[in-house]
Amino acid sequence: MWYLLLSAFLFAIGTFGVLVRRNPLVMFMCIELMLNAVNLTFVTLGRQLGSISGQTIVFFVLVVAAAEVVVGLSIIVAIMRRRAGVNADDLAELKG
Amino acid sequence: MELFVFVCAALMIVGGAIGVVVRGNPVHAALSLVLTLFGIAVLFVAQRAEFLAAVQVIVYAGAIVVLFLFVVMLLGVDRAEDLRTDSLTGQRGLAVIVGLGLLGVLVTAIVSGTDAVISRGTGIEGATNESADANIVQLARSVFADYVVAFEVTSVLLVVAVVGTVLLSRRRPKEVRPESGRPS
Amino acid sequence: MVDFLWFVPAFPLLGAVIMLLFGRRIGDPRSGWLATLAPTASFLVVAAIFADLLSKPANEREHVVNLFSWIGVGSLRVKMAIVADPLSITMALFVTGIGALIHLYSIGYMHGDPKYSKFFLYLNLFIFSMLMLVLGENLLVTFLGWEGVGACSYLLISFWHTRNSAAVAGKKAFIANRVGDFGVMIAMFLAFSTIGTLSYSGINEAARGGTLAPVTATAIALLLFLGACGKSAQLPLYFWLPDAMEGPTPVSALIHAATMVTAGVFLMTRIAPVLAVSYHFAPMIIAVVGGVTALFAATIAVAQNDIKRVLAYSTVSQLGFMFMAVGSGAYVAAIFLMVTHAFFKALLFLGSGSVIHGVNHEQDMRRMGNLRLLMPITSLTFLVGWLAIAGVPPFAGFWSKDEVLLHVFANNRALYVVGLAAALLTAYYMTRQVIMVFFGRARWQDHSGEHGAHGDFVPHESPRIMLVPLVLLAGLSVLGGALQLPFTAHTEFLDRWLAPVIEESQISIAGTWAFDNKYLLMFLATVVALVGIAAAIAVYVKRVVRPLEPRVLEQAWYYDTAVSQAIAGPGARAFNAIAWVDLHIVDGAVNGVATLVRRSAGVTRKAQSGFVRTYAAVIGLGAVLLVAWFAWRSIS
Repeated sequence: MWYLLLSAFLFAIGTFGVLVRRNPLVMFMCIELMLNAVNLTFVTLGRQLGSISGQTIVFFVLVVAAAEVVVGLSIIVAIMRRRAGVNADDLAELKG
Repeated sequence: MELFVFVCAALMIVGGAIGVVVRGNPVHAALSLVLTLFGIAVLFVAQRAEFLAAVQVIVYAGAIVVLFLFVVMLLGVDRAEDLRTDSLTGQRGLAVIVGLGLLGVLVTAIVSGTDAVISRGTGIEGATNESADANIVQLARSVFADYVVAFEVTSVLLVVAVVGTVLLSRRRPKEVRPESGRPS
Repeated sequence: MVDFLWFVPAFPLLGAVIMLLFGRRIGDPRSGWLATLAPTASFLVVAAIFADLLSKPANEREHVVNLFSWIGVGSLRVKMAIVADPLSITMALFVTGIGALIHLYSIGYMHGDPKYSKFFLYLNLFIFSMLMLVLGENLLVTFLGWEGVGACSYLLISFWHTRNSAAVAGKKAFIANRVGDFGVMIAMFLAFSTIGTLSYSGINEAARGGTLAPVTATAIALLLFLGACGKSAQLPLYFWLPDAMEGPTPVSALIHAATMVTAGVFLMTRIAPVLAVSYHFAPMIIAVVGGVTALFAATIAVAQNDIKRVLAYSTVSQLGFMFMAVGSGAYVAAIFLMVTHAFFKALLFLGSGSVIHGVNHEQDMRRMGNLRLLMPITSLTFLVGWLAIAGVPPFAGFWSKDEVLLHVFANNRALYVVGLAAALLTAYYMTRQVIMVFFGRARWQDHSGEHGAHGDFVPHESPRIMLVPLVLLAGLSVLGGALQLPFTAHTEFLDRWLAPVIEESQISIAGTWAFDNKYLLMFLATVVALVGIAAAIAVYVKRVVRPLEPRVLEQAWYYDTAVSQAIAGPGARAFNAIAWVDLHIVDGAVNGVATLVRRSAGVTRKAQSGFVRTYAAVIGLGAVLLVAWFAWRSIS
């Protein structure tokens, strides 16, 4: 179905955005795009399969996404407080 | 009719997504995200998932994006990012490869598996003029009866997330001030 | 009674331990007395066992006392076991007996030395090792003792270690012995790999039973002979013995006259059955080496001026005689000579020690002379020893040397001539020594102002404690011949006594021309001895001709210098080459592996860039590939 193709396309765009953007907040937003693509897929498949479970899963995904955003943003806040104007490339402490 | 709705919503979604990726200013990116989310909500309604559409708009577009904007304003990272070059060599190329590869794989999977998706469930009920909350009822039955364990765990997760967030973003206590005479 | 066998090595070991822990506290001279107690006690036990064995019939005279199972690895089963059979008891008798006498002597000789108790520690340890060597039931226990006596020999030779020459001599002895030990070890490996056991009974059974191939037997015998050359100072490896005289005289007497150097002869006798089944050239080699060494050393002794060096070369020469006997299949004769040699050589060494003690530690014979009146007992006993070694009947040396020559004659006429020549020279140089030390002009008076002597220095007799062993040994040198008198089978005690151990390997000369004419040969040997004595008297007393002591003989045919130059020159180059290989190739390989790991790690480290986005990109790539693979699988 076209819905599925649309969600695939959205997912790909989201992935591309995560890899290209340097601002951590925008990276996070791209991750949200990916999650939304997944939600769309679930709802579509739920309708196709004729089961309410698709929507149930989306329900849970929504909740978890919310929680994840909250925690992620607090981490970003904690890190960014120390140095202003940080982008993802400056956080290279794991360099071997 | 459904096709028309689909096309409009699809345009919104794709436009918003591309906007998120290409806009340098984070605030602009957040607004593009809202556009995408609305598009998704429209598609939810078209698929007989009215409750989810409502929740999407309220929670996602309403709360999460607002949270994003709060953090952007709080930290003052609203400077536009320079997107013409990438500091890491090869990153752009790699990203294109990954993105296109992902797209190709997913499309292949979808196209080849279309015939395998056959209806076997009890069918979903959307809202109708007679019973406006039919969708909610069915969804609620599913959540609280079939998936109640997941529900409980998710609620614990929410609590943990809140507590964690508070801890993580707390400012470190200051050193003992001589005049106050007691550790803070 | 035989079960008490393990007491025999235990006493000296206990003595050594006590010396180690409390020696210094017990002090001089009580620690000496305590230490002498150990070999004396062992001697008494051995004598009792000897009597016990004598009372048994001839074929029941072998008893193995198993102490514990020492090594049990794979198919190698070696027990810590000692055996009491005629050969080992004979050796143990004179090791403990003469050892005890020398301990007694040392109480007086080493009096006043700052390392007094340590000396007795080493002596006891030596007796212990020697006893393990001779009592061992298998090659490994013997080797334990073998190495032990080598180590004690090193410790004792370099006892006065502050003297550079002593330290060097100790090292020389140890290293020369080590070359020989290499031979013994290879022989042990060979024995284990072909026969499967290291015990003498096993090896000899294999040899007697015919399961031991001549090639293997020859190899084992010759390798053990290499070890014997090292330990018993035969020609290729003898050069440590003369330098070993740096040690105190009791050490020279015990180790280098009576016991350690006889270990080689003992070992060859122990494996006599193996030698019997080896190729004919093996015993021939042994006999020839022995003969040549005997003559070689005798010629050198003629030109030596140090009182102990003469005796050292004399020891090498007499050992050569013993190996000649072994090579000729005359094991009884070899053992007989070993026993009598122990008596008179120990006597001679202790006597020379007494002389050295009496002339205030002067060892050069040219500075002695006419001591017989001032040191009566020493000179009398020394004269007894002299007559014994020269081979004058009826002293012990005559009977034993004659027995050896008899068997050598039956084996090989040429060797007999060599042996006879060596006997002649023995009589000659010993007489020379006696004349220079005890007779003639009192040359010590010319040098009486030296050696820190106060005023008029007069040589004096030694204290009684040193004279008692001399007298006892002199008695044994006189009577020792009684062990094996060739007149009738009845008087040949050693023959009968050692028969169970040696009989199949002993080459009998019954029926040969030599046997029938043994009295003629005996007469010839006596004549040769007297000629030697007369010649020496003619040269040194009557001054008929000038003394013939060419420099080449004094420098021992330059053998020592040749060896040192070979080692220092090509030898050192070879060792350096080997060291280079080890350093660069072996260590290089090991270090190379480490360097390789480090370099490759350095390269792969670059993959960890630290950038989150790179990691994310790689994760994404991996996910794509994974899903693609699944998709591929489900499509095709």
